[in-house]
Amino acid sequence: MWTELFPNVIWEKIWEATIETLYMTGVSVIATFILGTILGLLLFLTSKGNIWENRLINAVIASFVNIFRSIPFIILIILLIPFTNLMVGTILGANAALPALIIGAAPFYARMVEIALREIDKGVIEAAKAMGAKTTTIIFKVLIPESLPALVSGITVTAIALVGYTAMAGVVGAGGLGNLAYLEGFQRNHNDVTFVATVLILIIVFVIQFVGDFVTSKIDKR
Amino acid sequence: MITLSNVTKIYKAKSGNVTAVDNISLQIQEGEIFGIIGYSGAGKSSLIRLLNGLEKPTSGKVLVSGRDMGAIKGKELRQARQEIGMIFQHFNLLWSRTVRENIAFPLEIAGVPKEERMKRVDELIQLVGLEGRENAYPSQLSGGQKQRVGIARALANNPKVLLCDEATSALDPQTTDAILDLLVDINRRLGLTIVLITHEMHVIRKICDRVAVMENGKIVELGEVLQVFRKPQQPITKRFVQQVTEPEETKETIEHLLNKYPNGKVVQLTFVGEAAEQPLITNLIRQFDLNINILQGKISQTHHGSYGVLFVHMDGDEAEIDRAIDYIRQQQVEAEVMAGVD
Ligand SMILES: Nc1ncnc2c1ncn2[C@@H]1O[C@H](COP(=O)(O)OP(=O)(O)O)[C@@H](O)[C@H]1O
Ligand SMILES: [Mg+2]
Repeated sequence: MWTELFPNVIWEKIWEATIETLYMTGVSVIATFILGTILGLLLFLTSKGNIWENRLINAVIASFVNIFRSIPFIILIILLIPFTNLMVGTILGANAALPALIIGAAPFYARMVEIALREIDKGVIEAAKAMGAKTTTIIFKVLIPESLPALVSGITVTAIALVGYTAMAGVVGAGGLGNLAYLEGFQRNHNDVTFVATVLILIIVFVIQFVGDFVTSKIDKR
Repeated sequence: MITLSNVTKIYKAKSGNVTAVDNISLQIQEGEIFGIIGYSGAGKSSLIRLLNGLEKPTSGKVLVSGRDMGAIKGKELRQARQEIGMIFQHFNLLWSRTVRENIAFPLEIAGVPKEERMKRVDELIQLVGLEGRENAYPSQLSGGQKQRVGIARALANNPKVLLCDEATSALDPQTTDAILDLLVDINRRLGLTIVLITHEMHVIRKICDRVAVMENGKIVELGEVLQVFRKPQQPITKRFVQQVTEPEETKETIEHLLNKYPNGKVVQLTFVGEAAEQPLITNLIRQFDLNINILQGKISQTHHGSYGVLFVHMDGDEAEIDRAIDYIRQQQVEAEVMAGVD
């Protein structure tokens, strides 16, 4: 029955592409989470009235974030070709997509981190200071735990955007379900392949959304 | 314990500088409950934040347990802060931590080992009366319970000083009284010095030993609570004292009576301590040819004894009324003739 419904689908290839998509998404989400959190924390801490208030550093990070957030992803990939070549040694395959994915998503996430941190009650940070807390204690025991639900829901949104980015990266040679849908499905006019790839991407997105929402509601004690 | 010498705090802002604390000198004794009262914007929070170095003085010196809070930095400042507890109007608890974990936080900061931490947290939960709520999150607590967590947290590292920034202003009257009782209890049991700021005279009346009245960054009046109640000097102090001694409708009643009896005089009598125990009105009626009509009265309890206010209307010969008022004053009772209320 499956072969009749999907005559052009080679399931091993679909499987391989799914793994590639999951790999690209997984690695880039982890890297984005780390890089974005660091950038977001720096943005927050160097802003006016905060612990490391510093106009210059804040302006530099903010412009970096704003510029990379504004460049359309597809253009970012092209702009980053020389950098990718240098870092990964190739511009094809799943690994070659990672620099662009991370550089595209981290600034986006950094802004969400900053907004999440700004939502924290100033009084709580002040209370920690009044107790004699060090800055690292404030970061790891106040800022991150108190903004965790927002950080998790932010990374959920970012992860879903990254699934979309991997599909786009696939079109320019990065592999994964996007690549399969484009090369095998669209260019050869095999609609069944496009359909299967789309359904799989949707499933990935739904699972991410579900897990993200679940974790967010579990950790939110407000 | 705490000494402020010529302390000034100026905030620099685009719209101009704000002098929040204006050349204040002050001494607070060990074990004292010291109240600072003032309206919003008087500079109370700025003043109390100078005491734990959350703000640095623009000029002047802030000494707490011999440490210069304006000068120390880094590790020394953090160490000093561990010996100064602070509680807040909005409690400022970590919502992501349970009661137990919130109280443990300052102990984690001080590097207390886990086992000892748990033991100390149990003691503190008992001290503030939160048994049974250990594993609740702040969102599951009432305002009064949240402030109890705040107090337990502030006391965790056995501080010598407790700073209270409008600690009861977000609570209803009953809860306010319960928290104030807890503060007095802690003050007696632990010999803790408490500095509290408030805009409610009720708080000062109930627990403070001494009070400073703050206006526009300056202390305009300072003294023992009972003395300040008996003889408030500044208009602002009189208004604060009225908050607790006069029922709301007093002004209207007096106005009404002044209109109704244009001949007589309405007099406010203020008794403190034993003066309240003599039969003053009986003596007045016996010794003077006057009609005396009691309008309103109230007795308030302060931390150091009772304090009463009585409004009477005296009718009769003008000279006789003046003689009666002189007599009252000789009995160590304050007498103030009420003019028309503005
Ligand atoms: N960080 C700040 N920057 C600028 N102005 C401030 C700051 N904190 C307080 N002020 C100003 O200082 C004055 C006193 O404020 P505050 O100490 O909070 O008074 P209170 O606690 O008695 O209401 C106010 O005019 C307030 O606007
Ligand atoms: Mg204030």
